[in-house]
Amino acid sequence: MKDAGFIFGSYAATLGSILVFAWVTLRRAKKSSSQVSDSDKTWL
Amino acid sequence: MSRPNKGKVFSAVLIKDLRIELRSRVLTNQVLPFAGLVMIMFAFALDNDDVLQRVAGGLIWLATLFSSLIIIQRSFAVESADHALDSLRVAGIDLAGVFFGKAIALAIKLIVLDFVLIVTAMLLYRVDLTGPGLVLLVTCVLCSATGLGFVGTLYGGLTAGAKGRETLLPLLLLPVVAPVLIAATRATEAAFASGGAQTSEGWAWVGLLAIFAAVFGVGGSLAFGPLIDE
Amino acid sequence: MSRLINSKSATGTQATRVLGLLAIVVMLWVVVSGLVFTPQDVVQGESVRIMYVHVPSAWIAYLAFILTAVASASWLIGKKHSMGFDRFAGASAEVGVMFMAITLLTGSLWGRLTWGEFWQWDPRLTTTAFLFVTYLGYLAVRRLDGSAEQRARRSAIMALLAVLEIPLVHFSVVIWRSLHQGATVLNPSGDVKLDDLMLFTLFSGVVGFTLVFFWLVLHRQRTMLLVDVVNSRGLDAAIADRRAEAGN
Repeated sequence: MKDAGFIFGSYAATLGSILVFAWVTLRRAKKSSSQVSDSDKTWL
Repeated sequence: MSRPNKGKVFSAVLIKDLRIELRSRVLTNQVLPFAGLVMIMFAFALDNDDVLQRVAGGLIWLATLFSSLIIIQRSFAVESADHALDSLRVAGIDLAGVFFGKAIALAIKLIVLDFVLIVTAMLLYRVDLTGPGLVLLVTCVLCSATGLGFVGTLYGGLTAGAKGRETLLPLLLLPVVAPVLIAATRATEAAFASGGAQTSEGWAWVGLLAIFAAVFGVGGSLAFGPLIDE
Repeated sequence: MSRLINSKSATGTQATRVLGLLAIVVMLWVVVSGLVFTPQDVVQGESVRIMYVHVPSAWIAYLAFILTAVASASWLIGKKHSMGFDRFAGASAEVGVMFMAITLLTGSLWGRLTWGEFWQWDPRLTTTAFLFVTYLGYLAVRRLDGSAEQRARRSAIMALLAVLEIPLVHFSVVIWRSLHQGATVLNPSGDVKLDDLMLFTLFSGVVGFTLVFFWLVLHRQRTMLLVDVVNSRGLDAAIADRRAEAGN
């Protein structure tokens, strides 16, 4: 494929950012979750 | 005792801010020399008379924006130092009046600053000004100083007292004032006739500056009270 | 990947797990179809493949900022000042800023291939860049010290001021560019002939990115609530300590 670096780079940057954001969010959630009682978690 | 109305608050705050300036002379002793220095630094960096003449308008407004950051921070440092804003709020003063008072005081300082910058540009960068150009330039300075006064007071009030305000204010303010930089620069270039620009081309940009000032005058007077009300 | 839909995640529910799975399936399809199945474009060649991630990112970025503004206005107007609106606004802005960064990055890579330049002073690009910086400022304001109520009020007003600012920036850049017709912007995107599979892939991209957006916002919003609860608990504990001290 011509210009493969640019094209794969775009896909990698896009998916990579999404995965990193998701991972950071879930990790932070897990950290605080144990300190919060289930009654405060409105979504449960 | 009845609460003072909006007009009285406005003139009291305006006069107070200008009096503080007259007594402390921060503008004349520190900001104006800084702005002049920036204009000289531009000349060192660009090092070409033709280029300087061509870009004089842009340099004047860049210097204005950077100096305005200092003036705005100074304008709110005097308020947050003794919790003066808190006292005004507790007293139940009309905060829209405070907003307009501070904004116009700021605008007046910016007009003085721009006057000095324009004279510096005429001397150092050898730009010429004709009669119609002068009228255009004066209107342009009045409109953009008012617009910058409104936006500066709004964001200055928000960042006053916040940690890291020195770095937060430019981040918030500079994107918002981009239209002022574009419009005022084009109008000033038209007034200086740099790059063969016609004076008449500048008036549309002055119109944009007036719209900007009107939008943020209304928006600012609505938002300022809730923003500093804590 | 399985970690992301982990049933033990603190902010996950049945709904987010279904949403997450759907998002993963659609995104996998977009990647495979965008990179392998779709043909190259007559004008743009292979670089058209970047469009399958660029266009949906841009769509999500703008959607995020519209939702932030709507949620901020709802917080301000609502009598109860429900903090849910504030957290939604904040979560949506964070995810939006990320997608805006992706949009600018993939856009400039595409531009390098098609225009030969990473950047053009085109009104759409310039406004997008200003929107990005403006919302970075918004997120900085959210991080200022203060109570949750203060944060909500400040940031709601900031979001609404951005709604004033962005049209002014866009308008001034449009007339700035139209007066200074320098290099004519080569704009091949107008000539693209999309076949059915290309259109379908682009459409799936929009759907997939929207699913990802809502999955991220839901989790981020709930995480914000958790952090708020932990922080306010810390404050309550400190107040209780002081009370006990004063009582002695």
